[in-house]
Amino acid sequence: MSAAILPAVAIDNGAKDLRREEQFKRVRAFSVVAPLLVLTLVMFIAPLVDMLSRSVRDDSVAQAIPRTLHVLESWSASDGVPPEDAFRALAAELAQSSNGPATWGTVARQLNFEWPGARGVVQKAFRRSMLAPPSSWREAFAELSPEWEDPAFWAALKRVGQPLSLRQYAYAVDLRLDQNDQLKLAPDEQRLYVGLFWRTFWVSAGVTLFCALLAYPLAYLLASSSAKVAGLLLMLVLMPFWTSVLVRTSGWIVLLQDQGVVNDLLIWAGAVSDATKPSLNNNLFATFVAMSQILLPFIVLPIFSVMKTIPPTYLRAARSLGAPPLYCFLRVYFPMTLPGVAAGMSLVFIQAVGFYVTPALVGGQSGQLISAMISHHMQSSLNWGLAAAVSVLLLSAVLTLYWISRRLVGPGPIKVAR
Amino acid sequence: MNVPEQELHVRFDRVDKCYENGPLVVDQLNLDVHRGEFLTLLGPSGSGKTTTLMMLAGFETPTAGRILVDGAAVNRVPPHKRNMGMVFQNYALFPHMSVAENLAFPLKVRKLSSSEIADRVREALDMVRLPSVGDRTPNQLSGGQQQRIAVARALVFRPKLVLMDEPLGALDKSLREQMQYELRRIHRELGVTLIYVTHDQNEALTMSDRIAVFGNGRIQQLATPKDLYEQPNSVFVAGFIGECNLLSGQAFAASADQCDVTLDSGFKLRATSVGLGAAGSTVLVSIRPERIFVGRAAENLPNRIHAKVLEMIYVGDHLRLRCAVSETTEIAVKVPNNGDAGGLAPGSSLSLGFQVEDCRALPHTANAH
Repeated sequence: MSAAILPAVAIDNGAKDLRREEQFKRVRAFSVVAPLLVLTLVMFIAPLVDMLSRSVRDDSVAQAIPRTLHVLESWSASDGVPPEDAFRALAAELAQSSNGPATWGTVARQLNFEWPGARGVVQKAFRRSMLAPPSSWREAFAELSPEWEDPAFWAALKRVGQPLSLRQYAYAVDLRLDQNDQLKLAPDEQRLYVGLFWRTFWVSAGVTLFCALLAYPLAYLLASSSAKVAGLLLMLVLMPFWTSVLVRTSGWIVLLQDQGVVNDLLIWAGAVSDATKPSLNNNLFATFVAMSQILLPFIVLPIFSVMKTIPPTYLRAARSLGAPPLYCFLRVYFPMTLPGVAAGMSLVFIQAVGFYVTPALVGGQSGQLISAMISHHMQSSLNWGLAAAVSVLLLSAVLTLYWISRRLVGPGPIKVAR
Repeated sequence: MNVPEQELHVRFDRVDKCYENGPLVVDQLNLDVHRGEFLTLLGPSGSGKTTTLMMLAGFETPTAGRILVDGAAVNRVPPHKRNMGMVFQNYALFPHMSVAENLAFPLKVRKLSSSEIADRVREALDMVRLPSVGDRTPNQLSGGQQQRIAVARALVFRPKLVLMDEPLGALDKSLREQMQYELRRIHRELGVTLIYVTHDQNEALTMSDRIAVFGNGRIQQLATPKDLYEQPNSVFVAGFIGECNLLSGQAFAASADQCDVTLDSGFKLRATSVGLGAAGSTVLVSIRPERIFVGRAAENLPNRIHAKVLEMIYVGDHLRLRCAVSETTEIAVKVPNNGDAGGLAPGSSLSLGFQVEDCRALPHTANAH
C-alpha cells in the first residue's frame, strides 16, 4: 500500500513546486512590464481620460459664482429678466475677485465662448461691483451694458454655470442652445466645425486613395525586383520616412511657393507665364500633396510586406490553370494583397485625420483641417472643453471607420503584424 | 509498360538550360514521353528534374533546344495557353477562395457555363473522394485533403498532360503511401499523361511506368522501375535507387555480356558487364543486399566469397548483417527472417553467394557517389 502511495505524494510535491515556479515566473514577468504599465497609465491613459472628461465637465463657473447660480436655479428665460437678487448676488461674487482667484475672469472667459463679446460686459460689471452698492444693481448693470436686460444673456450665464453638460459637443457640430435650451443651428457666419470635419475626412480619404494608388505599383516593384534593386528602392522609401515631418513640409514650401521650384519649372517650360502661374502653396492643394508624400511610406511598407509573403507558386498555379497574366493579377494576386492594402490605408487615414503640422504650415486658409481648431482651442482661446469635445468626435469617427474597415476586409494591421 | 501503343506525346530535343551564365542546369536533354504513361523524373536536388518540369510547364525558357508537345514546339507558348494540369509541392490552393471556387477557377477562365462548372466541380470532388468539402476554405482542410483538392484542380479542366512537382513532399509517411495509390488510380482512370517529379525513390518505384533518373542535368538512365532497380547501368543509378554494395576490382571480359572481376579483396567473381572498358580496367561491382545468400543457400551459387560478421541488426522482417570482406571492404546483407538464420553471430565467419545476373560490373566514373 505505502509503496503505491509514495510516488503519488512525490507527484503532489512536484505539482506544488511547479505551481510555485509558475507563480514566480508570472511575478517576474509582471515586474518587467510594470514600469511600462505605469508609464502608460500615467502618461497616456490618465491625460486621455482627463481630456475626455473635460469635454462634458467644467465646474469653474459653478465654483466662481455659486450663489448667483443658486438664485437662477428657479429662473428660466421665459420669466424675463431675473430678479434683483440675482444681480446682487452676482455683484457680490464678482467683487470677491480682488482677494481670491479672478472670479470675474473665469466667468468672462467661459461666457465669452457662449456669447461673443460677453467678456467686456462682465469686465465692466466687475469694475462697477467694486464701487459703492447702488440702489438697484439691475439698473447699474443695465446702464453699463444693455445685455443685462436680455434674458438670453442670463440664460447663457446659467448654461455655462452647469458643471456637467453636452454644450461643447453641440458647439463642436455647429449647434447652439438657445435661451430655452433648445438646439438650433448656429448662424451661418459662425458655422465652422461641420465644414472642417467634412474637409478633414474628404482630404484624408483623398490622400489615402492617392497614396494607395501610388503605393501599390511601388510596393509591387519592391517585392518583385532583385534583392539589390529592392534594397535601393526601399532606401528611397525609408529616407523620407526617417526625415522629420517638419523638414519635409518645409521642403514642400520651397517647392510650391510662388517663386518656388515647381512654378519656376512651369515658367521655364513655357506652360505658364509669370502672370498666370498657379498659386500652389498655402491652399488645400499644398496640404493634399504634402500629406500624401509624408504618409506614403506608411502604406508602401504594409503592402510590400504582404506581397513579400505571397509565394510565386500561387501565380504559377493560376497560370498553369489557364489564367492570362491580367486575370491572374486581378483574381489571385490582388485579393491576396488586400490585407496589406487595408492595413496601409487605415494607417494612412487615421494619421491623416489627425494631421496638424503640415496643414498648419502649407495649408493657408483653405487647407486647414480640424486639428487646427483643436490646437487653436488648446493654445489660444483656452477653451479646453471644446477642444476635448472636437477630439472625442474625431476619435469616435476614426474608431467607427476602423471598425467598419475591419468588418469589411478582416483584421487588418493586427493580422499583418503576425 | 502497360501502354499498348507508344504514341509520342512530349519530346525534349537537345534542351539546355542555364541561369544567367551559370553552369548548365539541364544539359543536352533528350526525352520522349509516351501518351498515357506515368513518367517520373527522379533525382537528387539540383539534378535538373524540377527545371525540366518547369520548362515543360512554361515557367522557364530553355536556353537551347526544343520542347515538342504533340509534335509542335511550345518554347514560345505562354504557360496559360499550354493546357497542362499542374500540382505544386505546397498545393498552391488559393487561400482567399473556397475549395469549390478553387476548382471552378480553371473552368471560369475557360468561360464554361455555370451549370457545367457546378457539374465538373462535383465530379472532381467525387474523383478525389471528398464530395462534401466544397464550401470550406483550403486552410480548413488537412494536408492530405489539400493535396487531393490540388490534384482535382489540376484535372478538372481535363488536360491531356498533367505535371506534378513533388506533390507528396509535405505529407507524412502513411498518408504519402495512401496518396501514391490514389494517384495511380486516378492516372489509370483518366488515362492522362503524367509527369511526376520526386526525389523519393520509393515513390518513383511504386508509381511509375518509367523512371528517368536525373544526375548533373542529364538523364542517367531511363527505364521501367524493375529494370532500373535490377539493371542499373551506372554507379550513380545503382547508388541512388535502393541500397547497394559496391565492390571495386579489375575486370576482364569473359563473354559478350559477362566478365571476370578480381576484387581488391582478392576474391574472383563473374559479373554481368555494363559498358566494360579495356581489359584490367577498374570497375565497381554492384550487388543488392537482398540478393546475397548466406550459408547453405550460398553453397551452389557461382559466386562465393567469405566474410566475417561485424554486426547483426534485427529489423523484424529481415536481419541486417554488416560483414567485412577484407580489412577495408564492408558488405551489407539482408537475410530474410525465415528461421533459417541460426548460427549467425557477430565475429563468426560465413560464406556469401550470389548469382551472376545480380552482380553488375559498372564502369568506375568520376561522379560515382
